[in-house]
Amino acid sequence: MDSQKLVRGLLIRGMLAGLVAGVLMWAFGLAIGEPQIRSAIAFEESVSPPSDEAPLVSRSMQETLGLLTGTIVYAVAIGGIFALVFAGVYGRIGRARPRVTAATLGLAAFVVIAFVPFLKYPSNPPAVGLDETIAFRTRVYFVMLLLSVVAAIAAVRLGRDAVKRLGAWNGALVGVGGYLALVVIASLLMPAVKEMPEGFSPDVLWHFRLATLGTHAVLYATLGLAFGALAERWITQAQGGAAGRYRTSSPSAGALRS
Amino acid sequence: MSDTTLTPEVEAPSVPLMPLGDLIPYALLTALLAIMLLYFVGAEEGATSVFPGMTLHEFVHDARHLLGFPCH
Repeated sequence: MDSQKLVRGLLIRGMLAGLVAGVLMWAFGLAIGEPQIRSAIAFEESVSPPSDEAPLVSRSMQETLGLLTGTIVYAVAIGGIFALVFAGVYGRIGRARPRVTAATLGLAAFVVIAFVPFLKYPSNPPAVGLDETIAFRTRVYFVMLLLSVVAAIAAVRLGRDAVKRLGAWNGALVGVGGYLALVVIASLLMPAVKEMPEGFSPDVLWHFRLATLGTHAVLYATLGLAFGALAERWITQAQGGAAGRYRTSSPSAGALRS
Repeated sequence: MSDTTLTPEVEAPSVPLMPLGDLIPYALLTALLAIMLLYFVGAEEGATSVFPGMTLHEFVHDARHLLGFPCH
């Protein structure tokens, strides 16, 4: 099987897993995030009464179809990139089987793309954040995201060399440590954003931010596990491998169960 | 203990799936399209605007907040 067909199959599976993830993120967001957004909007309206004009898009539309569109578009796009990064790293960084590679990649992507930028510039519900600083806040957020991705790529290269000299465990620790050092430095150098309005409920803020982390966790768990399962089957099939090339359980696992 | 122990439950032979050159056209197209899509979910009609008005912003408003993008 040529690699063009292989990568096409992986791309389709990445976007498919992204589609599933988008629907799950919407369900999670609707159940966990929307109550906080509603509270935040109630606060906003109590501080500055809304105009009498009808909103451009109704609130119920924003919570359902709007949110669903947003999560699906986001998740499918990330799913496609995820599949291509998987195709690039598989067999190059470690010798983990496809399922394990995808799950590890999912965890790494969560940390690099969602968690680290979030730690510096956490998500804010409506009513938090000044209108006039939106350009500045957007810029620093994307710069932080970019720095995190660049640090991760540098750490992978560093870790891969370190593994050759120090062995798998210590080499991987060098890579992870290198990433952490780089993002801590980046986060110290980047400007702070402090725009919390007076009287905003800390409880709503905390739960809203947890909902953000949860939504991203749903995405990367789905990509890591669902794409991993699909990719492993596809790779085995594409390479004409015998069934059972990757055992799903081992004799020792069986012994543990009994 | 050796780093070269092969446990078939978690390990596979260390063979790259494909030459990186074969990935480049796919990676380029996917990255470009993904950046455009993420821009419309994450930033359009916020810090910058391609289309006039705020309808698109309002439509994906909740997703933008929830995913952690800066939003008004």
